Amino acid sequence: MNPREDKILMSHGNGGRMMHDLIGHLFLKHFGNKILEEQTDAAILPVDTPEVAFTTDSFVIDPLFFPGGNIGKLAVCGTVNDLAVSGAEPRYISVSFILEEGFSMQELEVIVKSLAEEARHAKVTIVTGDTKVVNRGKCDKLFINTAGIGMVRKKDQMVGKARNIHPGDVIIINGTIGDHGMAVMNARESFNFKSPVISDCASLNHMIREILDRSSGVKFMRDPTRGGVATVLNELAAKIGHGIEINEQALPISKGVSAMCEILGFDTLHIANEGKVIVVASEQESKLILEIMRNHPLGKQSAVIAHIVSDHPGRVVLKTGTGGKRIIDSLTGDPLPRIC
Amino acid sequence: MRYVDEYRNRELILALSEEVKKISKKEITLMEVCGGHTMAIHRFGLHSLLPSNIRLLSGPGCPVCVSSQHFLDTAIAYSKISGAIITTYGDLIRVPGSVSSLEKEKAKGADIRILYSVLEALEIAKNNPGRPVFFPGIGFETTAPATAAAIVQAKKENIVNFFVLSAHKIMPPVMKALVDEGVKINGFIAPGHVSAITGTAIYNELAAGYGLGVVVTGFEPVDMMQAILMLVRQIESGTPKVEIQYRRIVHPEGNRIAQALLIEVFNHKDDRWRGLGIIRESGLKIRKNFAGFDAEVKYPVSVPEPPDPKGCICGLILRGLKKPGDCRLFATTCTPSDPVGACMVSGEGTCATYYKYRR
Repeated sequence: MNPREDKILMSHGNGGRMMHDLIGHLFLKHFGNKILEEQTDAAILPVDTPEVAFTTDSFVIDPLFFPGGNIGKLAVCGTVNDLAVSGAEPRYISVSFILEEGFSMQELEVIVKSLAEEARHAKVTIVTGDTKVVNRGKCDKLFINTAGIGMVRKKDQMVGKARNIHPGDVIIINGTIGDHGMAVMNARESFNFKSPVISDCASLNHMIREILDRSSGVKFMRDPTRGGVATVLNELAAKIGHGIEINEQALPISKGVSAMCEILGFDTLHIANEGKVIVVASEQESKLILEIMRNHPLGKQSAVIAHIVSDHPGRVVLKTGTGGKRIIDSLTGDPLPRIC
Repeated sequence: MRYVDEYRNRELILALSEEVKKISKKEITLMEVCGGHTMAIHRFGLHSLLPSNIRLLSGPGCPVCVSSQHFLDTAIAYSKISGAIITTYGDLIRVPGSVSSLEKEKAKGADIRILYSVLEALEIAKNNPGRPVFFPGIGFETTAPATAAAIVQAKKENIVNFFVLSAHKIMPPVMKALVDEGVKINGFIAPGHVSAITGTAIYNELAAGYGLGVVVTGFEPVDMMQAILMLVRQIESGTPKVEIQYRRIVHPEGNRIAQALLIEVFNHKDDRWRGLGIIRESGLKIRKNFAGFDAEVKYPVSVPEPPDPKGCICGLILRGLKKPGDCRLFATTCTPSDPVGACMVSGEGTCATYYKYRR
């Protein structure tokens, strides 16, 4: 790391010597690999399936650091998970930074390090990138964009597409819901909740690969990020034209998240996750899938949370713990805390 | 979760529901006054556990819903004052005024900040001397004491740039007005949070003078079912009275400190309720002693009174005379993401609740 500057200056983005120092001393140092070190304008990539999956995502989270991760880790997990739930094996990612003038060089290095660490963990190679610096006030500290390419085997091409889903099929999730959204909100706002709510931010590709390697029965997968489980299930119900019935008592929710949602008046089903996947399969196949998931560190609390039903086509209904039923809609706008 | 799970116990709810079914003979209508109660009934599906001779009507107890468009238009006008900071509870941010909302003004560049407590507004005012910090105050006896406490604190600390636009309202006048106007009910499921502040004497006239049952209750399904059972018992035996189900929170005398704060800071005024019109002595106005913190005194703005939206029957719904399904705008042109009327604007409004849970 270049010790001469402790803040990002406009010169770090102007294409000159300082930018090259930044790339060399920070990005190449942590991301370094043969493809990136070529420093060509575009990376030339070997592929080993006829079809590839391609996705992109931008990360503008506030605060940059939260319990369970930071924007760097999140930027890798987000793109890796989008590829993985589409049935792809994530392989390459690009990383672009938009930095605000005056941003702390030390914080940037922490973020870059955890980005590199998560990429190693997920076994994806950072093959290209870009850095821009904007005047103070023109962005909020740091924005990151990542794009990713994954290899898709023929047999896995349909898993994101929700085909052949019928009443009786089950919906599985790999653990507690709402952790990311509430951890970030707790870090951002001045609630001072003492409860240890930790983001579930994680790359799911290894667990998903294991499921796809051992089962051919996955009919649909999606990561319930912004908008939460409710939004994914509503999109699914609309697409397949069947109803979905969630069993409230089966929903895995941590005590801390449950209490925060209760106090702030949020529905946990609307809160964002960053390390969760929803899997749809036949009842019979679900047993094998659950076993695979529960044996993986990221799926210990996996559970069947809902069923596809022939009633109320296109709608998602929650069977409440008290014996009633209610409609679960997609999120409208941001979840806001209410006065009463 | 302790203090929550016990009150959502399925066996208890079903046992209470069975008892209601057993003893309830008359055709009765109960009004849940508070938006929080409406939410709880639908969230937990309680209506499906009641016999068909018991009808529940939603009342006017959603503070966002009953705040007039004029109030929102005034808050929006303040957001356009040079240097102004609007501090608000999250509830108000998306509520449409006649042409805009605070959310839309924020996108245009207004400085609008969401608070969890009104006391945060004092911190913002201290950190931004020279900039007027406005707080549009909404809510009933539940939230009004917090606003009063902030005003008293601002005076104590000599904070000169904190201003409250008060749309605070009180419950008893509107409850009486509804009955006076001919809304046919047999009893009130009375608001727990309001009563925690006011105590229960405010309902005595409804029981003694109007012969209505009043049971103060909480917001969990066991609370509400028990309250309904208590009301059914009163009505079946012909002995309407004021009772407290929510004893873990509400005492007959209420919270004297909060009551004193309300009296110190506010006096009553005739106030406009969205959908209901003007109700005598139903609003809280900041007293002259605290006029320095009254936005309407320090920053008088002229905002025209907007007409009620065409085709909207919110006034009838807030009076319990119609249900959302009776409105031709419901779930067609009027939805939570694009609300037309008062009852759809807040998550606790009757129409929003029906839209969310019972469409």
